[in-house]
Amino acid sequence: MSDHAHSTYGLVHHFDDLEQQKETGTLGMWSFLITEVLFFGGLFGAYAVYRSQFPDAFQVASAQLKVGLGAINTIVLICSSVTMALGVHAAQKGSKNGIILGLIGTLVFGAAFLVVKYFEYKEKWDHGLIPGYHFNSHGTFDSLHAGPAQMYFALYFVMTGMHAFHMVIGMILMFWLIAKARKNYFREGHYALIENFGLYWHFVDIVWIFLFPLLYLVGAHSGAGGAHHG
Amino acid sequence: MSGHHIVSVKLYFGVFFALCALTFLTYWTALHDYGAFNTPLALAIAGVKAALVILFFMHAKYSSKLTQLFAFAGFFWLAILLVFTLQDFMTRDLLPFYFWPKA
Repeated sequence: MSDHAHSTYGLVHHFDDLEQQKETGTLGMWSFLITEVLFFGGLFGAYAVYRSQFPDAFQVASAQLKVGLGAINTIVLICSSVTMALGVHAAQKGSKNGIILGLIGTLVFGAAFLVVKYFEYKEKWDHGLIPGYHFNSHGTFDSLHAGPAQMYFALYFVMTGMHAFHMVIGMILMFWLIAKARKNYFREGHYALIENFGLYWHFVDIVWIFLFPLLYLVGAHSGAGGAHHG
Repeated sequence: MSGHHIVSVKLYFGVFFALCALTFLTYWTALHDYGAFNTPLALAIAGVKAALVILFFMHAKYSSKLTQLFAFAGFFWLAILLVFTLQDFMTRDLLPFYFWPKA
């Protein structure tokens, strides 16, 4: 590694050395992630307010989700974070094939997550659980709970939708990173781009770590979990 | 110095198994009725999982002090957002206005 210390490959002129350039990039990435924390934080805040006002309706509405699919997707996303971490590890070790393998693994797990998400959305559509004029068209909720339950599903679709959107953006970026890695762009300690993308991907994983208990597990012990027939 | 510490593959897999175990734990606790404690428990487990991801996957444990401060600041501001919002909504039932002393 020591020969990298004086390498100037990838060094732009306004930095002294790669170390300083990398540190600046990491700080910039964390600054961006702070704005992301507060972006999703607004959604979590809205969720907290509505749930504090309508705890029973949120429990009944949450029981409409399939906990097993949410749990599987949690594990899938953790796996994608591990492959991402291994990709960064390969970049630190200077292994071009390791980077590509790590990114492809992350892409595959990310795609698997979105496929499961598609089937979940499709089921909600079929059961009349999309907020709007046709919400509750199958009479899933009584008149007492229908209003706040609609609010729960509005939050469910916005929060999981924005999360999935972040994953799609990440997957598009991964194609670009794989193409760069194939051209041996990440060498001689110049892998900050991979590392910062890793920070983004792990952040998206963290959002899901909080979405899973708050959206899927609220109604799990209520005994209404079997009411998926609509 | 920062950026030179390489986390071992072994540690990554240790974190992976810890995250999987905590996911199972949060699922298992959700099947039981702990009354008002279900959600705080779920959030505590999610907090531990997030901390593991931030410290090891995102290398915050090995980052410079300034980077660590930035990472902390984001979540600190999030806490301000949530605490100041909920201190209103969650205390409205504590003292209904008709108990207030009459002028």
